[in-house]
Amino acid sequence: MNSTGSRQMKLRKNEERLFKVLMIGSSVLIMGLLLYIVGTILYRGLPSLNLDMITKLPGGGFYLGKEGGIANAIIGSLYLIAGSLALSMLISIPLVIFINFYLPRNSALTGLIRFSFDILFGIPSIVYGAFGFALMVFLGLKASLLGGIIAVALLIMPIMMRSFDEVARLLPGDLSEALLALGSTKYEMSKVILKKLMPGMMTSVLLATGRGIGDAATVLFTAGYTDNIPASLGQPAATLPLSIFFQLGSPVEEVQNRAYASAIILTVIILIISLSARWISSRYSKK
Amino acid sequence: MKYRRVLKDRLARYYMLGIAVLSLLLILIIGLSLLFKALPIMKEHSLGSLLSSSSWKPFKGEFGFLPFILSTLYVSLIAIILALPAAMLTSIYLNSYASDRLRRFFEPVIDLLSGIPPVIYGVWGTLTVVPLISEKIAPHFVEFSAGYSVLAGGLVLAIMILPLLISILLEVFRSMPEEISDASLSLGATKWQTVKKVMLRRSIPGIIAAIVLAISRAFGETIAVLMVCGNIPIVPKSIFEACYPLPALIANNYGEMLSMPGYESALMLGALLLFLIIVLFNGVSRITLNRIERRFQL
Amino acid sequence: MNSESAARQITTVEGIASDPLRKVVQSHTIKIENLDVYIEENHVLKNIDLTIPEKSITCIIGPSGCGKSTLLKTLNRMHDENPEVRISGVVKVDDENIYDNKVNVIEVRKKMGLLAQRPCPLPMSIFDNVAYGPRIHGVRKRKVLNQTVIQYLQYVGLWDEVKGRVRKSASRLSIGQQQRLCLARGLAIEPEYILGDEATSALDPISTKKIEELFIELKEKYTVILVTHTLRQAKRIADYIVFMYLGKIIEAGPTEEIFNNPKMQLTRDYLSGSFS
Repeated sequence: MNSTGSRQMKLRKNEERLFKVLMIGSSVLIMGLLLYIVGTILYRGLPSLNLDMITKLPGGGFYLGKEGGIANAIIGSLYLIAGSLALSMLISIPLVIFINFYLPRNSALTGLIRFSFDILFGIPSIVYGAFGFALMVFLGLKASLLGGIIAVALLIMPIMMRSFDEVARLLPGDLSEALLALGSTKYEMSKVILKKLMPGMMTSVLLATGRGIGDAATVLFTAGYTDNIPASLGQPAATLPLSIFFQLGSPVEEVQNRAYASAIILTVIILIISLSARWISSRYSKK
Repeated sequence: MKYRRVLKDRLARYYMLGIAVLSLLLILIIGLSLLFKALPIMKEHSLGSLLSSSSWKPFKGEFGFLPFILSTLYVSLIAIILALPAAMLTSIYLNSYASDRLRRFFEPVIDLLSGIPPVIYGVWGTLTVVPLISEKIAPHFVEFSAGYSVLAGGLVLAIMILPLLISILLEVFRSMPEEISDASLSLGATKWQTVKKVMLRRSIPGIIAAIVLAISRAFGETIAVLMVCGNIPIVPKSIFEACYPLPALIANNYGEMLSMPGYESALMLGALLLFLIIVLFNGVSRITLNRIERRFQL
Repeated sequence: MNSESAARQITTVEGIASDPLRKVVQSHTIKIENLDVYIEENHVLKNIDLTIPEKSITCIIGPSGCGKSTLLKTLNRMHDENPEVRISGVVKVDDENIYDNKVNVIEVRKKMGLLAQRPCPLPMSIFDNVAYGPRIHGVRKRKVLNQTVIQYLQYVGLWDEVKGRVRKSASRLSIGQQQRLCLARGLAIEPEYILGDEATSALDPISTKKIEELFIELKEKYTVILVTHTLRQAKRIADYIVFMYLGKIIEAGPTEEIFNNPKMQLTRDYLSGSFS
């Protein structure tokens, strides 16, 4: 090997070494950031985390330091996400079946639908909140559980659709062919295919939930806020992100600490959801 | 054949078609509704003056959107500049160099990061980032900074879009078939050369898609940025000055919407602007991406 | 049978046999007349004229790409699902053109039991797999379903192997068992014809043998049409052979004749292994 060759080798080696250092450095940095953020939240939130927080409604003056908990927000968020999931599933699931199993393979309509959902996927939650608000005004609704459900459903629909579509695309055509060859109608075929795609559907549901439950901007204008648990769709609903936000805005430090505790609760909920999603998808792929 | 079977089948098909049509129209419906709500203010002021004026004094009826548009852009730009290199480096490392154990360990970390609700990032930003900027970083560059700044917003956003970037990049890298990297290695290339010349080049469409997605997220993130950016409607002249991105504008003033004439319409215009920027951005990049992808497919 | 030897009829130009099995006595038959199939721009099946003899095994052989599977799929109108396919001509099943506008595709498919190349158990229990067909076609009574399921599982020789776990998922069966399950499932809709699209190519030799034995039993009650990729299989079980090449039927006739006394050079070359 001549001298230019070995110089090149040396440069290459140094370049590789440099980047290796940078790579490890950035991974360590990210890890460290996570620990730092989680640490901060835990540090300020754990002391205030107790059973009361989960089970009680905010008493009068809760935001100024008096007693209570965030049960209003926990249940409100759960109601809301349940409603949004139902609404979103009613639309995204049939749609995915339609473009994957009803429409011909290279249909222009399929491409168009996927394209439009790609765009919807990128629209920020605040725009959905504003649109939801405009829609509510148009329909004569007040800030309520229903309003929140509509806005969040709009937000999570593209997420659910995209994730479910990925799974449906991968299904080989054998199953649908076998079903049709037995004399099934397309609707009967869809029912069986849905069964096969159930794990994928679960994953998309969980993914959508994780996103929808932690978002504040969609519910800001549309769901209202209350210290109570909504008894009907027409009543305002408290949500966890807003509850955290309002508690943080309080001048009383104890309330701020409770905000951190609430944040822990929300994060734990989301963690459970995303870990379940991962677990389901790994079980599914093992089959 | 039984009529009920046929009926069910037909109903199902009509339902699906209806939904398909509706979903195609959805973007249009959203845009038009926002437009409709924003009309009042556009009738009073010309669009040009709305977009180019930096004077935001709603009480006087002055609605200049420039500060907000620019703030949104600046903050997102900083976020991407900070997040992209870190995300790329980490993803490459995790995909091509790290051991299996490390990878399995890191994945829940990414999940955790993306699961933390934006509010928390906002809080953490107020606690940590703002003082950091105000006390440690800014003094080197400017005389005074309250900490609530473009940089703070950008930094917080960067951390928020990191998990998204990393998970998409990992997926993109993972999708490269092993045979290609094997071929490169068997030709005598080092791992780093393989990564640089083969994997990255091949992944360009995916990388661009990841960036587009991350920028979209950054543009639209509301709560976290709101808490650290300062919320002052001026065009920031340095990254240490306060700013006021569009989402924050809409969120902050929601309560006052109905109290002033034209205010609601102004905020809706803000939402419309945000919507248009993102739709255009996403639409154009999707089309370009499709074209690049087609050229890359052999 | 004398009529079988009379089936040797080579009538058209280019020496390509036109419906050579026409003379065999028929009542439940498939008659294909003037069939042309285009997939996008490709003329995949060219002017097919064929009669499929009833209650026998007809094997369609030929090199890959010659159109065998396409031909098979025209019989149960599976091409309906693919808008890129254009079909012209007549396919008469039991004297009715199945491509006529008035004909319901579901009724057509009910007459055809399809066994595909890769076993495709439905995502349900073994029992439900077999019961699926009867259920969608209207059978509700539990007693009847039970009987049907047991009957057909016995017929394909699965009953003894699965009787303890009939309510468990079908995906746990071995590939050979799955294919037999798919056969039972296809039989449960009580078709008249059995179509097999390289039905044993994914199986091990023992399972292949079992399925072949089943086909031989089946031909007493059903008309069996198989696309085969191995000449040996055709030799083993076929009563009639149809040899295709590049979308045309080159030669067709009783197995012995085709194998021992092929009339066309192309057939001779294929059988001798010059190309495959």
